[in-house]
Amino acid sequence: MGAHDGRPPGCPPPTRFRISGDRALIAVYGEGIDPAVNERVRRLAALVDKLRHPAIEAVVPSYCTLALHYDPLEIAYSELADLLLDLERQLATAVIPEPALVEIPVCYGGEFGPDLDFVAAHNHLDPEEVIRLHSAAAYRIYAIGFAPGFCYLGGLDPRLHTPRLATPRLRVAAGSVGIAGSQTGVYPLASPGGWQLIGRTPLRLFAPDREPPMPYRPGDTLRFRPISAADFARLAQEAAR
Amino acid sequence: MSAALRILAPGAGPTIQDLGRRRAVHLGVPPSGAVDDYAHRVANWLVGNGAGCATLEMPLLGPRIEILAPADIAVTGAAMGLRRNGVAQPQWTSLRVQPGDVLELGAADNGCRAYLAVTGGIDVPEVLGSRSTYLGGGLGGFEGRVLASGDLLPCGEGPLLAAPRRLPWTPLYPETIVLRAIPGPHDHWFERSRDRFFAATFTLSPRSDRMGCRLSGPLVARDPEAPASLVSEPVVPGTVQIPADGQPILLLREQTIGGYTVTAPVISADLWRIGQAKPGDAVRFVRVALAEGQRLARKWQEFLAATERLLAGGPQHGPLKG
Repeated sequence: MGAHDGRPPGCPPPTRFRISGDRALIAVYGEGIDPAVNERVRRLAALVDKLRHPAIEAVVPSYCTLALHYDPLEIAYSELADLLLDLERQLATAVIPEPALVEIPVCYGGEFGPDLDFVAAHNHLDPEEVIRLHSAAAYRIYAIGFAPGFCYLGGLDPRLHTPRLATPRLRVAAGSVGIAGSQTGVYPLASPGGWQLIGRTPLRLFAPDREPPMPYRPGDTLRFRPISAADFARLAQEAAR
Repeated sequence: MSAALRILAPGAGPTIQDLGRRRAVHLGVPPSGAVDDYAHRVANWLVGNGAGCATLEMPLLGPRIEILAPADIAVTGAAMGLRRNGVAQPQWTSLRVQPGDVLELGAADNGCRAYLAVTGGIDVPEVLGSRSTYLGGGLGGFEGRVLASGDLLPCGEGPLLAAPRRLPWTPLYPETIVLRAIPGPHDHWFERSRDRFFAATFTLSPRSDRMGCRLSGPLVARDPEAPASLVSEPVVPGTVQIPADGQPILLLREQTIGGYTVTAPVISADLWRIGQAKPGDAVRFVRVALAEGQRLARKWQEFLAATERLLAGGPQHGPLKG
């Protein structure tokens, strides 16, 4: 796709629509991990959200797809597809808020990042260099899922790629920041997990009693800011209030 | 609001469920909710509640429960030999209970999950607009977990019934569950195995839970040109994942996106049926087109509405059979 299908550069491929049961439509805007495609998905999701269409029950963006969960008694599949095509035509002129930049404070190493030294040794780096590289990058949230608030982030420096643990931990604390292969991310909730843990954020990322329950949305950009253990303790206390 | 039920013995992992939460699917919070929402709804209607009130979902082996306040209760779904103070009682029927009464349910004899509704509904706090328990995220329901001995469940306010209610028929669950399914969204990667998928009889594996039903049977392979893995895409309740081992996993209501190839989601009007499949039961898929799946969705909604009117004692309109 792309170079040999006759489209001018920068022109997105035609949208494909897929049936996902009797109550969902999946629109496909490209393939794989592509920031331009993901941005198109984010912008279209924002436009659909803005409609507050009574027959659309959920708008779920992912890497290169957008799912609309709908009530088939209220709207037809073909009407939904037409609605999305119509919104695509408005993309160039529509006013859509830019993705937010969300900063996540992280205390690296020590008890919060038991695998920091391993990640450093695996990549022939000092632990300080791991922290510097990890907190220098801006990470796009390509998708949220797997667990509430769990972000699939793009943009991990290849010098930090590290395989998963051979044996997953039975419990990883909420807020843990880890690396698995070419991915990095934060565990919003305590769970079992096989990621190499390099730090932890004191923020309560997923708070179902808060509106919105998470400080970020799909398509936003995350940055990690190194903090001291003392800052961690102070921010953790504030977050618990 | 005060405690109305006390769990004396939990049985096999009961949870509190309603019709699920939709508010935060885009943030990775799955809908959850009663797997057999038909039995859940009927239980509520039998005690005069709305369909959205929270019930107890009780898989495989039922609990023992002490009643702490006068109420109407109803147990629907799997046949579990309901007893009150040791005396056998009918299911799919409202039952007036008094403080000190002990309800006991045994092993599922027909079906897999029973539902218990109580006057006013089980009144745990709503989380993101629902009382459903999401075990994977430890949220909703009763402290986000399976119920345990000693748990005290509060119930909402509601009038007691003026007259008992009963469903005039007793659903009998087959040991071969037939699920109608609409090819897609990766149907184009299963051209060689699609017919085999729809011809096969699968067996429900014991490694099944509220997240998904693992099915064992003939190998369902992706076409050779299909990618081995994908970036995650949104999934729906009823999505059938085909992992590398070719043994399908029918996803229920506890996942929002996934990275496996998927085929033929089960139609919404049939998904409740898998909630009554026990490990070892047979599962088959029957292909329907989108238009047929949506016609069945409409018929199913009409059937539910007619059932609700019937149980409320109101006038009968519309078909009772879909």
